[in-house]
Amino acid sequence: MTTETLVRPPVAPAARPRARWTWLRIRWRSVFKHAMLILLAASMIYPLIWMLASSFKPTETIFREIGLIPSDPTIVNYTDGWSAFTVPFSRFLWNSVFIAFGSILGNLISCSLAAYAFARMRFRGRGILFSIMLLTLMLPYQVVVVPQYIVFRQLDWINTPWPLIVPKFLAVDAFFVFLMVQFIRGLPRELDEAARIDGAGHFRTYLQIILPLMTPALATTAIFTFVWTWNDFFAQLIYLPALENKTVATALNMFIDASSTSNYGAMFAMSVVSLIPLFFIFLFGQRWLIRGIATTGIK
Amino acid sequence: MSGLGEFTTLFRRSRAGRARSRPKRNEWAAYLFLAPWIVGILGVTILPILASLYLSFTDYRLTRRRPPQFIGFENYARMFGDSNWWDSVWVTVRYVVFGVPLQLAVALGLALLLDRGLRGLAFYRSVFYLPSLLGGSVAVAILWRQVFGYEGLFNDFLEVKLNLFGLTLPSLAEIFGFERFSWIGRADTALWMIILLHVWTFGSPMIIFLAGLRQIPSMYYEAAAVDGAGRWRQFRSITLPLLSPIIFFNLVLQTIGAFQSFTQAYIISGGTGGPGTSTLFYGLYLYRQGFQSYQMGYASAMAWMLLLTIAVVTALFFATSRFWVFYED
Repeated sequence: MTTETLVRPPVAPAARPRARWTWLRIRWRSVFKHAMLILLAASMIYPLIWMLASSFKPTETIFREIGLIPSDPTIVNYTDGWSAFTVPFSRFLWNSVFIAFGSILGNLISCSLAAYAFARMRFRGRGILFSIMLLTLMLPYQVVVVPQYIVFRQLDWINTPWPLIVPKFLAVDAFFVFLMVQFIRGLPRELDEAARIDGAGHFRTYLQIILPLMTPALATTAIFTFVWTWNDFFAQLIYLPALENKTVATALNMFIDASSTSNYGAMFAMSVVSLIPLFFIFLFGQRWLIRGIATTGIK
Repeated sequence: MSGLGEFTTLFRRSRAGRARSRPKRNEWAAYLFLAPWIVGILGVTILPILASLYLSFTDYRLTRRRPPQFIGFENYARMFGDSNWWDSVWVTVRYVVFGVPLQLAVALGLALLLDRGLRGLAFYRSVFYLPSLLGGSVAVAILWRQVFGYEGLFNDFLEVKLNLFGLTLPSLAEIFGFERFSWIGRADTALWMIILLHVWTFGSPMIIFLAGLRQIPSMYYEAAAVDGAGRWRQFRSITLPLLSPIIFFNLVLQTIGAFQSFTQAYIISGGTGGPGTSTLFYGLYLYRQGFQSYQMGYASAMAWMLLLTIAVVTALFFATSRFWVFYED
């Protein structure tokens, strides 16, 4: 969808002698446009680069040194940040990774099952259920979180990753169900029918025909789920208060709480560490992200 | 853009609700496929919504070992007398009213700029998208806190004196004549820094607009050019109407999202919503009532007010949509 380009025909040159000037004007305008775009892009990205550069500077010089290149590069911020709390930072990383991968697995299974039913099966109440599913996209999290919290507390699930992972196995992220429904609808029905003639039931069709064909939608789901759980803060803040259960997001927050010590270097260093997975997704998974955004129209 | 049609029809004439009368052979199989989703929608969504409605009429504090006490509309009445609540409403409304349209306007502007067969489209699209990917993270909120702090990068930038061939240009701070101050530490600027962070993440709506622009047949523009329509006229009469469903859709979803925002305000203000109540977002105040003071009844009432507000705003959007959203039928 995003790869096809409609080439608009250039404006027809008016008169011969003026053609050269028009060309020059167009040329000049495009140079100007690129210059502005690059300036905008650079000023947007600069703070990120500044953070990366600052993480290699001693804390005392971060706000003194104007230049990006550290005059005295050091990795002491990284070692400091790693052991800033009584629990090493690797523990927080592991907690975040565990939640992220649990959520991915849950979403892939539960959302694809629901999507298959919505896209390919006929049953009573499908229209209403589908509408309900779409409506939940607009539901504020705040309106369900209080009772959820009370229940999870009763279950003694506070300080366990289960409140964050178990709902994902129940297809609560309607966005992904919707994404997959859209995708499955685009697959030719003849494939299903051929499978049916060969004696495959719905589950076989789902498992052996639809699932392998919908890997692009699954990849988009996996990547978005990772980014959202990695960036999630609210749920991790309320469900995982104990130090050894904290995630990357809530551990970074502790640097602010403890800002009386103001170890900005360590804070920046661990912030950089927390952004590395997202950056890799940006480099290698962008295609799926852009496709997901463009085909559903949802962030 | 098939997703858009789905949503608009949902509200306009509920296409999805149209029942199909066909033989239902494997109904049980369908419900089996849907079983996780049905458990989820009941257990994790619908029941909690109803439970929070009930709790909103009770006094329920998790710290006291006492079941919820029914108190009628007291929580709602308390809300209207709570000046912090009003502040949080005001902060959130300003954030929504300024942040959402600004971000979409920037996204649309850049999409238009990038759409016209510009070289390096993929590069620009990537670079502009990066902030959207990172913008929700705690790390970026921390960065924002530092960049717009007293010693921050932004103040340094304002004080930079450009030296052009021996000619020293005055810094922006000198031109506008202000002293260095913390942009997130002052009540009148703090919220704007969070709005700026929201605008900074314009990349994902930009991608949606780019995809939408691709769908507009180029012959429309050719025909308009033949009729003597200039660039502005073409934008007004072709691009804007044909893009309006996408703009509308983004406006609705971004507004809903903006009403709930929490992380950035929490991190940037260090969890306080300060200075004063200048960044006390609705979500942040709700968190403090519910999960710091453990006043679950009051927090539920706040959550229900939010739900009603979002429902009313969404309904208003849809009600007015027929006046400004153009559907090609």
